[in-house]
Amino acid sequence: MTSLLDKLVLLWPEIAMLIGACVCLVTGLSGSQTLRKATPGFAMLALVAAAALLRFVNPHHDAGYGSGVDPHHFMQLGGMVGFAKLAVLAIGLILIMVATGTPDALKQIIAADSAEGKAFEPGDCYRGEFYAFMLFSLTGVMLCAGASDLVWLFLALELTSLPTYVMAATSRDKPAAQEAAVKYFFLGAMSAAVFLFGFALIYGATGFTEFGPIADHVQTVGVSPLMMMGVVLAVVGICFKIAAVPMHFYTADVYEGAATPVTAFLAFVPKAAGFVSLIGILGLVGWGHSNGGTATELPAALVYLIALIAVVTMTVGNVLGLMQQRIKRVLAYSSIAHSGYMLVGLLVGPVAAQAVSQTEDTLLSNGLAAVLFYLVAYGLSTVSSFAVIACISKPDGTEVETYDDLAGIRLRHPFLAAVLLVSVISLVGLPPLVGFLGKLYLIGSAYSAASIGSATAWVYPTIVVIMVLNSAISAGYYLRIASVAFFGEDKQQTVQLKLPVRMWGATIAAVAALLLGGLPGNLLVESSRKAAEPKRAVTPPTRTVPDNPAPTEPKLRPDRVTDSVDALR
Amino acid sequence: MQLPEHLTIPFQLILPALFAMGLLLPFKFLNTRKGAWIYSATTSTISFGFSLYVAYHFNWADPGKLSYVGTIPWIPGFGLEFSYGLDSMSLWLVLLTTFLMPIVVLGSLVEVKGDMRTFHFWLHILEAALIGTFIARDIIFFYVCFEFTLIPLFFLIGIFGHGEKLKAAKVFFYYTFTASLLTMAGMLYVAWFNTTLDPAMPELIAAYETIDLDVPDDYTGTATQYAQETYAGHWTFNIKALWAAGRVMPLHMQILVMLSLLAGFGAKTPLFPFHTWLPLAHTEAPTAGSVDLAGLVLKLGPYGLLRLAIPMLPLAVLAIAPYLGALAVFGVVYAALVCWVQRDAKKLIAYSSVSHMGFCVLGLFAFDEGNIGATGAMVYMISHGLATGGLFLCIGMLYDRFHTREIERMSGLAKIMPLWAFFFCVFIFASVGLPGLNGFVGEFLTMLGTFNSQEVHGKPILGPWYAIIAGTGVILAAIYLLYLVGKIVFGPVLLPHWEDTGETGIGGKHEHDLSYRETMTVAPLAVACLVIGLFPFPILRSLEPSVEAMNKAVNAQIEVENGEAVNEEAGVDGRIGMNAKPPRRQDAKEEAWWFEQQRSIDVHNSDGHNLQHRDAAVTLDDNHIALLGYMLEYLQMQEEDTQ
Repeated sequence: MTSLLDKLVLLWPEIAMLIGACVCLVTGLSGSQTLRKATPGFAMLALVAAAALLRFVNPHHDAGYGSGVDPHHFMQLGGMVGFAKLAVLAIGLILIMVATGTPDALKQIIAADSAEGKAFEPGDCYRGEFYAFMLFSLTGVMLCAGASDLVWLFLALELTSLPTYVMAATSRDKPAAQEAAVKYFFLGAMSAAVFLFGFALIYGATGFTEFGPIADHVQTVGVSPLMMMGVVLAVVGICFKIAAVPMHFYTADVYEGAATPVTAFLAFVPKAAGFVSLIGILGLVGWGHSNGGTATELPAALVYLIALIAVVTMTVGNVLGLMQQRIKRVLAYSSIAHSGYMLVGLLVGPVAAQAVSQTEDTLLSNGLAAVLFYLVAYGLSTVSSFAVIACISKPDGTEVETYDDLAGIRLRHPFLAAVLLVSVISLVGLPPLVGFLGKLYLIGSAYSAASIGSATAWVYPTIVVIMVLNSAISAGYYLRIASVAFFGEDKQQTVQLKLPVRMWGATIAAVAALLLGGLPGNLLVESSRKAAEPKRAVTPPTRTVPDNPAPTEPKLRPDRVTDSVDALR
Repeated sequence: MQLPEHLTIPFQLILPALFAMGLLLPFKFLNTRKGAWIYSATTSTISFGFSLYVAYHFNWADPGKLSYVGTIPWIPGFGLEFSYGLDSMSLWLVLLTTFLMPIVVLGSLVEVKGDMRTFHFWLHILEAALIGTFIARDIIFFYVCFEFTLIPLFFLIGIFGHGEKLKAAKVFFYYTFTASLLTMAGMLYVAWFNTTLDPAMPELIAAYETIDLDVPDDYTGTATQYAQETYAGHWTFNIKALWAAGRVMPLHMQILVMLSLLAGFGAKTPLFPFHTWLPLAHTEAPTAGSVDLAGLVLKLGPYGLLRLAIPMLPLAVLAIAPYLGALAVFGVVYAALVCWVQRDAKKLIAYSSVSHMGFCVLGLFAFDEGNIGATGAMVYMISHGLATGGLFLCIGMLYDRFHTREIERMSGLAKIMPLWAFFFCVFIFASVGLPGLNGFVGEFLTMLGTFNSQEVHGKPILGPWYAIIAGTGVILAAIYLLYLVGKIVFGPVLLPHWEDTGETGIGGKHEHDLSYRETMTVAPLAVACLVIGLFPFPILRSLEPSVEAMNKAVNAQIEVENGEAVNEEAGVDGRIGMNAKPPRRQDAKEEAWWFEQQRSIDVHNSDGHNLQHRDAAVTLDDNHIALLGYMLEYLQMQEEDTQ
């Protein structure tokens, strides 16, 4: 095969997604109503096909491809790409299940569909676009994960975002949706300008747009002020995608304005894109380099910046979440808070894993693995909680909005209430659900980072305490959701929408959140570890009792204790 | 027939959970109130029966050692596993849990309005979570179960409670959840610290050697080698591994971890300033919830302190024990005074729990030589569960009849409900600490332990003053509890007016004596109170070795501190203080001798010229010869000691 085809192999999943999007556009306008209604089915098929290609054909999955194609070879983190793509595809599948029926509920489409006797008016029906845009956006995330060039990264980020603006606008008949979309679009455009400016400065400082040469350049000449400026601007700009302070202002309004299935989409997909991009950008200035350099922490200024963003983000999210009365706003602020938690893992990075021990026990100390793990945990829990809310409506057909509307759903819809309970408990981080493991992972990695022994070591234990206190604050509003659902009086007489697929989406996400907290969680732990493990580290030996039972001399690592103790002092 | 050892305990844990799942099955008879109730009463009795079986096969010859040890892998990559085992401390608390469950089920037929299935579902889940906490041998398993007790109680209080049930449920959840999150941060910190340890560190090896580690059967090396290979420097959450890691921490780190553990366990206990959630939760909870809260959930706090904090952080424990003792004593007296002015009988009992658990904490941090205080605290936990549980049940029965709990509105019940009055008085006397009933054993032992608290640097850790002030709490308890009895049980008959006789009504009256069901509910508790009061020794004897194992590190630390202390006092040559313990001062003469001897050292060191000590103004000639005489005497005594 030619080298072009070799490289194209990497993009097969994305190509499958694009083909799927085109199919959706066609079937959405088909003359046959059955085919039109089957559009989400085609979208799901495209996702399954992409996942299959990724898993069985694409070498990404094991990160076994040559360094020439590895987009993250400068950090030796190629494994992340496959993990992120697979995670996005899996949760994307649930998101499409949740989104089924959203366009069908729009007046315009109902009118177009039920035009008795008249010919079907393609111009009035944008069902196909809705699902196609979902696929485009998901493709954008996958491309972000695989980006190895600033320009590519920028385009991929925009591919993720642009469809979501349209989805937010067209998802509901209400003006609120259009208002949300306009806000989202303008602020999104501004943030794009900010990080594009950052990218430009990075290019100006180093003269390259590819990640590898930039990282090499940084390693040889150090981080220049211009470079630092560029990275800071890029990080702050991407904060918009992950809904972190200072770019979080749109979140509550947009999440509230869009239809709930779209909100679920917004709460996960742009965040995933943001975090994989941030990993790439931060990797340019820290965390070890292609030519075997030792792992380095991020520059102190960036450590402080990200720590500050993380602390403020989680605190703002939780405190404001506590004050909200509308469920979707509450969940919006909760998603802000969760971004704050994930930033802690990003702050730690893979360095601690290498510093703590060179050959073993990199688990529970690798911040990047924690971020990837938490992204999935958060995605499942938050999607299922939004999906439950999308499954019920007020008697007049409008969405449930306030706590009061949700009151007493236990009596009317016990099954949905149970699903909501599971997802909310997972979001709080109560054991034994997946959210608990995620928090454990983040806290463990943050503690490990304290043992690096640099000047910024004090940041990590401090941030753990702040994170724990924030979890406590968050329990306030999560608990309120659970308690109105279970203890409230059934005043609103909510009805359950007849959308079995959507309910199945919610159920699958909640069951996954439940199961991944138990033994099956090992799969996710292992794969996230593999994904974020720098490739030069030796795989950890299994910790079984050795076959040769002769007592062995314990391995001596004399300086470790004193080092870490000193670091804490 | 005997189950395989390692499966016994998981079975005990899973049994209630399975029974809870059984309530979700679509059987018609479970839809009726009686059906669900009968199902739940049967299943919880089966659980109790199984725990008796567990107790029967328990290794009573060596109750301090873990029996039924086993491990179920969870996330091996994180070092997470469900490992479990049972020593006498755990066993007695598991027995208490399974014993109280059928009783609360029996007692909650009438009171619970609404969905019986849900109620019994959460009750069974709570039982499983409690058992899990008591059998955990791994901090994450411990924490998982510890936290999971919140969810069933949240629903039990929130759905089935009275009055301000929503607020009570939220306050309870929020308060204890916040506190135990800090505990988790602390425990993870120790786990992380463990990963930074060098297996060859001498202090760590010394710590491993003093701990009775659990080594797999197929391992041939010594326990210490096993620990060095599998624990030191690895992510592990094994409780004993973390004891060792905690012991090698420097003091300031130990204190930080201790404070974080205290946040969670102190709020659960509840220790004085963290008790504010308790009265509301207890008062608004349904009777079953109150009994479980007071009888079982409160025990998680002292149990956690004894199982985790005390063996893990000896330095910090010694450093802050006096402050904790002061808080406990203050809590005892304060809560007792608050009890005195209550008008709501249930609230009075709730505050009395705060007061009584103060004794528990006092006993735990007494550190007398025979570990009497801590053993007493364990017994106190069990007897408090029985007596206070009984009181809550009695008050619940009143509420079923009269729909009020106000002390002012009823009196003279002994004439109308003699059987009820009898049981109520039994539980009241058990709470007051009447000899012959269970409350006395624990109260006496904790006070004795406090009184005999060991000395560090010549000062007792807690000492007589703590015991004396806490003793006023006992007197106050007698006052407020007997006042309650006097108001409600005796005096002229006064019944609150209440139209609806409800399901309790026998013959259309609400003022009837206990039904068979109600008698069956409280009688086992009363019998247990009496049995423990009269024959506490089986429990005490079996608890002693476990408690001793928990207190070992602190006791060793006390020895070390005292050794150092005497060395310092002995001055440059250190001739006198080579013994680890200072000579015990038995009488005034010896006291005087001790003082003189101290001074003599100063005098000798300064050699009569460089007199900077404040006692140096004493002229040498006056006492010199007498002092030398004492010195010789002392040296002779020392020689005798060593021989």
